[in-house]
Amino acid sequence: MTAEILRFALGYAQIALILALALACWRMLLGPRAQDRVLGLDTMYSIAMLLFLVIGMGNGNVFFFEGALVIAVLGFVTTVIAAKFLMRGEVIE
Amino acid sequence: MRHLEQLPPWAAIIVALFVVVGATLTLLGGVGLVRLKSFYQRLHAPTLGYSYGTLLIVLASMLMFSLTEGRAVVHELMIGVFIMITTPITMLMLGRAALRRDRDRKLGHDEDVPPRHHAVPPDDDPQGDA
Repeated sequence: MTAEILRFALGYAQIALILALALACWRMLLGPRAQDRVLGLDTMYSIAMLLFLVIGMGNGNVFFFEGALVIAVLGFVTTVIAAKFLMRGEVIE
Repeated sequence: MRHLEQLPPWAAIIVALFVVVGATLTLLGGVGLVRLKSFYQRLHAPTLGYSYGTLLIVLASMLMFSLTEGRAVVHELMIGVFIMITTPITMLMLGRAALRRDRDRKLGHDEDVPPRHHAVPPDDDPQGDA
């Protein structure tokens, strides 16, 4: 019984997160200006991190956590560098 | 899938509730990211996923792995603390970049318009009062 509850909840969470990923991808592809695209990419990074955590819970595998951590760090660095590039036109001043 | 049967029912219900609510709030943030009208409104939408989604899913993962492995598993807190520190930085930098780009577009030197070239060097002021 508990396994059915958890399996349903984790499956629902994966479907919802994939839908959110598709919506963020839509905003990244159709964003009217560059900052909308960067925001969509940043959202995609965070949702992919949550998806990795949920998949790791479903598999019972602790090592998906490290993938999620790497995605979180890469998303932060990517967004900061893209925002700096949009602000100044160059990354390192 | 054997590890899912090891959880007691109260923990299964709590974990399922946290995961479902967190994923639904993240999906709501994605819907807001598509449907809101201006960029400064859209900047607020995905923070639902950053705050509530990360908090609830990290708590559910910590609870589940702590009960299945029989010891305290707290390394998911690293992701939570990292997201809590870095999200305001990224959002502030993105908002400031958007403000600057909007101001530049109003002044007429955005990427749509070719950049203006100075007809005179900036230090060659004809009035001489600058």
